[in-house]
Amino acid sequence: MVAPVAVERLKLEVAGAREASRARAVDIQSLGEPYLWALGGALAFGCLMIAGFLLLVAWNGVVTFWPKPIAVVTLADGRKIAGEPIRSELFRPGPEVLAKLVPDQRAAIARSDGFAPRTLYRVANYDLYGDDFLWVTSFEARSVEQPPGMMLFERLEWGPFIGTVKSLTADGRQQAPDLLGPGELARLHGEARARWQRIREIERGDIGAVNHALEQERLRLRRVAIDQGEASAAYAEAKARLDRRQTDLGQRYEALAAEAKALKDRDARDSVVLADIAGKEKQIPLSAIVRYYAPNAMGWSDMLVVYLSRWWEFVSEEPREANTEGGVMPAIFGTAALTILLVIAVAPFGVVTALYLREYARQGRMVAVVRISVNNLAGVPSIVYGVFGLGFFAYFLGGTIDQLFYPERLPSPTFGTGGLLWSSLTLALLTVPVVIVATEEALAAVPRSMREGSLACGASKWQTIRRIVLPRAMPGILTGIILAMARGAGEVAPLMLVGVVKLAPELPIDGYFPFLHLERSFMHLGFHIYDVGFQSRNSEAGKPMVFVTTLLLVALIFVMNIGAIMIRNRLKRRFAGSQF
Amino acid sequence: MVAVLKAVEEQGTVYHVKPGGAGQALAVEEFCLWYGAKQALFDVTMAVEKGLVTALIGPSGCGKSTLLRSLNRMNDLIDGLRIGGRIAFGGADIYAPDCDVIALRKRMGMVFQKPNPFPMSIYENVIYPLRVDGINDRRMLAETAERALRGSALWEEVKDRLHESALGLSGGQQQRLCIARAIAGDPEVLLMDEPCSALDPVATSKIEELIEELAGHYTIVIVTHNMQQAARVSDNTAFMYLGKLIEYGETETVFTTPKLEKTQEYVTGRFG
Repeated sequence: MVAPVAVERLKLEVAGAREASRARAVDIQSLGEPYLWALGGALAFGCLMIAGFLLLVAWNGVVTFWPKPIAVVTLADGRKIAGEPIRSELFRPGPEVLAKLVPDQRAAIARSDGFAPRTLYRVANYDLYGDDFLWVTSFEARSVEQPPGMMLFERLEWGPFIGTVKSLTADGRQQAPDLLGPGELARLHGEARARWQRIREIERGDIGAVNHALEQERLRLRRVAIDQGEASAAYAEAKARLDRRQTDLGQRYEALAAEAKALKDRDARDSVVLADIAGKEKQIPLSAIVRYYAPNAMGWSDMLVVYLSRWWEFVSEEPREANTEGGVMPAIFGTAALTILLVIAVAPFGVVTALYLREYARQGRMVAVVRISVNNLAGVPSIVYGVFGLGFFAYFLGGTIDQLFYPERLPSPTFGTGGLLWSSLTLALLTVPVVIVATEEALAAVPRSMREGSLACGASKWQTIRRIVLPRAMPGILTGIILAMARGAGEVAPLMLVGVVKLAPELPIDGYFPFLHLERSFMHLGFHIYDVGFQSRNSEAGKPMVFVTTLLLVALIFVMNIGAIMIRNRLKRRFAGSQF
Repeated sequence: MVAVLKAVEEQGTVYHVKPGGAGQALAVEEFCLWYGAKQALFDVTMAVEKGLVTALIGPSGCGKSTLLRSLNRMNDLIDGLRIGGRIAFGGADIYAPDCDVIALRKRMGMVFQKPNPFPMSIYENVIYPLRVDGINDRRMLAETAERALRGSALWEEVKDRLHESALGLSGGQQQRLCIARAIAGDPEVLLMDEPCSALDPVATSKIEELIEELAGHYTIVIVTHNMQQAARVSDNTAFMYLGKLIEYGETETVFTTPKLEKTQEYVTGRFG
């Protein structure tokens, strides 16, 4: 029993201590509030950077194909230029420029601290003047207007033309420009394009098939020659067969070539004379015009039609003009095929490796060393993988395959050079550490009770892994595969060594046996960005394409990731609600 | 405690029933077990009688779960495990090199401390032992599922949702599902490792009823922390302490007239 007085005193002491602790300055460590701000700030900063990047790419990518107005600028010396205004900026004119100006202009420039505005115009007509772009300073320009008659012609060659239609020749007869309405031009142009399409089909498709068949026969003959010697009966037979086929195919070729020739002759009789703003004329076949429009006279619905048709061309056509125009369909195809093959290669390899490391290998020093090595592999520069892929896959493996299976094609390599297969295997090697690490984590996260439950039912270790452990680890494994896929789809450097090329109109999948040509080189969106942006004749012309292609690549990776994530979430839902 | 240890050392295990009697299912003979350098079981010798419920009791860390998991070699999964002595099941040493562990485990169902249904449907859970045997005969699978679920008194509750996820069941239902899974493969022995420790009292009493029903059909070895449970459901009781088997005999004898003071103290709840 404690005396009441003592209790009172104790109470007072406790209260006093409480007061004292309240009065004490609060330790910042214990509060944690400022750290919260720092953490949130870091996150917000990261999000802003990503959002900014995506916005930049998306905006520039989205507006690229929208038709721009054509401005006609009358210069101080009376000359006129026509072009699409690209951008304006301030610049500092040099003294030799200033010396030529009148005092008023010099005073105006001096007032703005020596800066003067200038505008970049895309004047096109590269074949006439050898320049796509022109800077026009504000003091050079006397007036700027947008006459409705100015038209932009996208051509198969030489880039766009800006000007007007001077005259039109239809089926060899020249027609006066006042006779033909806009409908007439559109009709003739449509016919010309259809003819051009047909010529391309004959040359690429039908004649291509004849050439392919002929090549196959020749290869067959060489094969027989290598296998059985040129003196054998089989060789004579194959030779006779080749001769027969050759005449046969030769006839077909002649027929096709004649058809193409007739179409081309007909095509040559439809042409158009274009005139630029200075009156310089240029005659081109009507079929060489991909698309034409008069942006200054168009409403927004017409512009939308042009916009959509350009997008469609971009995703469905092959590139033209050193990749700066036309579409990127082969690159989209190549990127998607590469990524899918990469997943097919990396998923089983990574998962099996991780399974052995985690489930079967004795957890000792050796396994620890292997694990560290795998993690370090993720830090090797990707170009090193490219060199390895070229040396090992393409030259060594591919060379061996060529000698064993394609001796008739040597010395031209089949698998012995970069290609889709070697590229995907190289990327698989590059990304396999990601899959191994993720799979190991996922396997380790499967509760022991699950394994014990299965083993106690009389399941073998493998049955337990296959029926219980793998399904449960699958969402985690898929996360690893998604990460590997995203990493691989965006990789460019190693691909430049093992199979990506600037232009490969032949897709890796076509109608010729064996339909899937893994040995072919291919195009890739990532490499396309590099090529268009930094390897093309005119970086200014390539710039919008860089943005559009980047947008497309990001969108493609996004779509593939979303697909994989949806699969993963479906799996997760199946195992949801489990408690251990 | 010193007194008890001395008594153990002097007298060895106190048996109220003769080990190695006629109807024995499992014979544990001078069984020792080490986890690395640490010895967890010391010379355990006991006979598990056929068709009866044998309870293993004792304070935490006394080795009762280790002993239970040695019976179907679940301890094999642990690295650095060594054993001595032998355990005979149906006359054959289960630790003999030629023993087929998988076949052994098929003859012994096991129920764990926490319910561990697989993330599959209720139906697939129950027939899992048949699936791993490669049995795909639909009728046989369905019949087995019903028999096992009736056997674990779960049939009436789940017969309309056999193909829903087993993870949607309550804890008690999940544990009865695990019992159904354990008996689906038609084992001879059921090993239960504290099957009610994660369950509420209602679910616990259901499991206990179930154990009593199953007792005639299977030889059951149950590890439990719960004295009342051991007293209620078991025929024989083994009291273990610090890795040694202290006293083993009919439950009534062990609980009411134990020979050793230590056993007396434990079963009356004075320590442990």
